[in-house]
Amino acid sequence: MTGYRRKEMLWSLLFITPPVLGFLIFGLAPLISSLGLSFMSWDMMSPAKFIGLDNFGKLAQDEKFYKSMYNTFYLLLGIPLGMIAAMALALMMNRPLKGVSLFRTIYYIPVISPIIAVSLLWQWLLNYDYGIINEFIWKIFGVQGPNWLGDPNWVKPSFLLMGLWGGVGGTMVLYLAGLQGISSSYYEAAEVDGAKRWHQFRFITLPLLSPIHFFVVVMGVIGTFQSFSQMYILAADGGPEYSGATIVYYIFQEAFKYFNMGFASSVAWVLGVIIFILTLIQFRFSKRWVYQD
Amino acid sequence: MARERRLMNSLIYVLLLAGSIVMLGPLAWTLSTSLKIQQHVFDVPPQWIPKPSTWSNYTDVWSKAPLLHGFLNSAIVVVAVLSVGLFVASMAAYSFAKFHFPFKEGIFLALLGTMMIPYSVVMIPQYIGFSELGWVDTLLPLIVPGLFGNIVTIFFFRQFMQGSIPNDLIDAAKIDGCGYFRTFATVALPIAKPAIAAQAALGFMGIWNDFMGPLIYLHTPERQTIQVLIASMQSNYISTSNYPSLMAASLIALVPVIIVFFMAQRYFIESLAISGIKG
Repeated sequence: MTGYRRKEMLWSLLFITPPVLGFLIFGLAPLISSLGLSFMSWDMMSPAKFIGLDNFGKLAQDEKFYKSMYNTFYLLLGIPLGMIAAMALALMMNRPLKGVSLFRTIYYIPVISPIIAVSLLWQWLLNYDYGIINEFIWKIFGVQGPNWLGDPNWVKPSFLLMGLWGGVGGTMVLYLAGLQGISSSYYEAAEVDGAKRWHQFRFITLPLLSPIHFFVVVMGVIGTFQSFSQMYILAADGGPEYSGATIVYYIFQEAFKYFNMGFASSVAWVLGVIIFILTLIQFRFSKRWVYQD
Repeated sequence: MARERRLMNSLIYVLLLAGSIVMLGPLAWTLSTSLKIQQHVFDVPPQWIPKPSTWSNYTDVWSKAPLLHGFLNSAIVVVAVLSVGLFVASMAAYSFAKFHFPFKEGIFLALLGTMMIPYSVVMIPQYIGFSELGWVDTLLPLIVPGLFGNIVTIFFFRQFMQGSIPNDLIDAAKIDGCGYFRTFATVALPIAKPAIAAQAALGFMGIWNDFMGPLIYLHTPERQTIQVLIASMQSNYISTSNYPSLMAASLIALVPVIIVFFMAQRYFIESLAISGIKG
């Protein structure tokens, strides 16, 4: 029997070997090398040079770093906007209506669409002179719409708009699943106590959806801090006055346009630490507001 | 009361319908633009039904850019990563879900920890490593890391297997003299099929729509994936303001995904919902 157990254990270890190897080769090793690189200056041509903390000093004085950081934080606004819209949609769809599954599919289509195709499409929709969005603004309000992608003040709102269109369906599906998981007995008890609609929403629905809120916020923060593709298409070279560059776009440019591998690694590490801290904070605070069964 | 409910339902219908128009409008406008001839693109007021309409923008971009290569390259990455990666992930998940071995929890947590590492932190050393191997401008840097099994997939499979494969079934197979691998392949794997299908659907989307990795590694047009080709349309193949061709190209990239989505819709929405709640 012990021989059998041993054999079973060896098989189990064999089965988990590939992901463990993958973790070591493509996760841990690059993570450590990246830290090492962040203290070096290297362009992949001449030999690498150890320069201590110089990269971080340079970073602290680089205007592009601050701009891309600000832009990335600005785009976090998309998370609450998306949550409100998605929750409203989920509440509307969470009733026995005919054709709800068709609506669900329609709202979900942008979620699965490739971000590159979606960005090209929005580039055309947001065109200053001939875009259909400014055409609508002109027809309805009688004013010329903003120069969405050409005006530094409007580039980020453009991203938020596109992000809302492209992401609301995904969040909505999560909320729908959450709503379906709430037992109707809560509402029945509330009815008996004479609770108003709004109070039912505020004191039953909203808190019982808190695990979903939490998941959406955590994933939203991580996703926003990694956004890149839409900026690459819609804000070439960072857009007007670098108003459309995110931190990942900045890293990409430093690494693969200028081949400042050491410097880019130091920015990447700053980004990694920020994501780590933000996620940690969220988990800490979650105990206070996330409802657990 | 019934009247009030009917009124409410009608109101919701109207709102959902208006929302649907907002969701589908951009896609309809893309289709409309892609069927126009260049002279009519900037018409004021814009025409939703193009007159005259033409398919020539599609044939045009198809002949100018190596889109067929793009599709094939994307398909190669998807098939290689999914066929090997999902199998490997289900093996690891089986082991994590059903057996005991030293440091099990620690290893699993370490693997989960990789979810916290942003791609931009590891992409530079990975790029340096792959360029040492001479793999830049090949599909290998996009395929090889995926063959080791993705931790999110392992996590999903583990949850599923813990809940739906009874230990008795595994024990019964053992008593019948079924070895470890055969028990996995003939007992566990068939039960895990719905979970595998769900992850295959999600994985397809993730890999097919991936952009940053392919952008970094692939330089020769014939070796690029469809996303990279489409993204370089304006700079390499058509003039910047040729919106009909640009919209045709972006629809060409969009349509296969939408087809797969409609075929596997159930799996998408289910898996997203499951992973959301469990996460």
